[in-house]
Amino acid sequence: MPDTFLMSKIITLLKKDFLLELRQQHTFFGILLYVASTIFVLYLAMGRPESTVYNGLFWMIQLFVCVNAVAKSFLQESKGRMLYFYTITSPVQFIIAKLIYSTVIMLLMVLCSLFLFTVLLGNPVMDPIQFIGIAGFGGLSLSLVFTLMSAIAAKAHQNAAIMAILGFPLIIPQLLLLIRLSKSAFGEVFREGAVLQICLLLAGLDFLVIILSVILFPFLWKE
Amino acid sequence: MIYNSGWIIFNDFSSLIEFKEKPLLGNNNYQNTRILFLILLHKNKFMKLKWWKILCIVFLFVTFTAGFLIKVPIVGNLHQSIRNFFFHVPMWFGQMGLLTLSLGYSVAYLRTQKIKHDIYASEFAKTGIIFGILGLMTGSIWAKYTWGEFWSNDPKQIAAAIAVLIYLAYIVLRGSMTDMDKRARVSSVYNIFAYFIYIPLIMILPRLVQSLHPGGMEGAKGGGNPALGGQSLDATMEMVFWPAVFGWLLLGIWISSLKIRLSLLTNKNLINE
Repeated sequence: MPDTFLMSKIITLLKKDFLLELRQQHTFFGILLYVASTIFVLYLAMGRPESTVYNGLFWMIQLFVCVNAVAKSFLQESKGRMLYFYTITSPVQFIIAKLIYSTVIMLLMVLCSLFLFTVLLGNPVMDPIQFIGIAGFGGLSLSLVFTLMSAIAAKAHQNAAIMAILGFPLIIPQLLLLIRLSKSAFGEVFREGAVLQICLLLAGLDFLVIILSVILFPFLWKE
Repeated sequence: MIYNSGWIIFNDFSSLIEFKEKPLLGNNNYQNTRILFLILLHKNKFMKLKWWKILCIVFLFVTFTAGFLIKVPIVGNLHQSIRNFFFHVPMWFGQMGLLTLSLGYSVAYLRTQKIKHDIYASEFAKTGIIFGILGLMTGSIWAKYTWGEFWSNDPKQIAAAIAVLIYLAYIVLRGSMTDMDKRARVSSVYNIFAYFIYIPLIMILPRLVQSLHPGGMEGAKGGGNPALGGQSLDATMEMVFWPAVFGWLLLGIWISSLKIRLSLLTNKNLINE
């Protein structure tokens, strides 16, 4: 397949997605509002929690935000449009464009929720730069898994609930690693090289998820 | 001797009504063995006789008898509960084997588009879930006597529970689609994806994290290979352990094969092969 990885087609698909977001602003701002309301309700319920609770709550919010944000990326396409894409592009390019798009949206959401968390729920973080980096990395990992799950859910009667059911057990290993990793930003001391080991492990898992998505999506592509 | 068990209950009150304890087959053990043998050998309606089913019965018989009778080494505070090794760990090996078979048939379906392979994949996954739940139950009963509580948030326990959740989601996904070909295709994709996420989960997490299970980081008892627990596997135990592993695996395959045959017959009109 000579032009499978040709960037221009992927960039065109990406531009289409981002233009859609800019025009139909209600999807983007809808998720932003979801983030804001959830964190606000959390603040009203919890006040200013200490670091372990803060950590756990942050990652739970990220999980739910990711499910909602990524659900829009696949489930908003109608059947007719998917048929059109089937004729003009190859599945590999399509899934790569969707992965990149979900990652960018999720990173934006992570930054927003970090900001809101700091403002409302206090800042027990010792090392903010490290925490931002870890949060970004986490958002990336979450969005990769959920993109494929939303592709699967799109085939199963376009149900957002089934996407959550499918995705939650699969995201648990990465979530556990992320929670453990972000403890280091709260000042907890790890043994030598553990942080690097966990980062490499997460990167390895992400790489695995990307490869699997690229290999398996063509089977979902045919209608 | 095999009795019709209901008759025993009424035995005390039976003298008036003249119910007698009635043997179901012959009058003694020798006669019964011969009768069972004849039933097994000749084509009976209940069981397709295969070499591996006999092997399964033999292995499980060995496990259940020798497992409780042989002499076991006393390690730490485990004492006799180390015998759990013959039930809990083989159930895990059996589950992994069944899930691997399920994966194989999912890949086969994606390559050949035969619905038969998809039926095989889903039945193996279902039996895999049952074995997973049994493994968790045997593990937590053992944990109650060794570590003090049923569920102690040990990474291996958590990894096992996640496996059950993943494959339950597989069943839910299958249930949500009615079109047979689409269901087969989409669930095969999910099966492959879930398997390759599950393998890193169980291999890596217990090694990385300090755990109560044998083979965690330094500080946990028994370093080395987390699956077999290092030094606690000596020769007498191994003699029962490996038959137990194969016995449970074959039992899982046997149960799945029955369900597969049932599915194939039910869907005979739709499969067309």
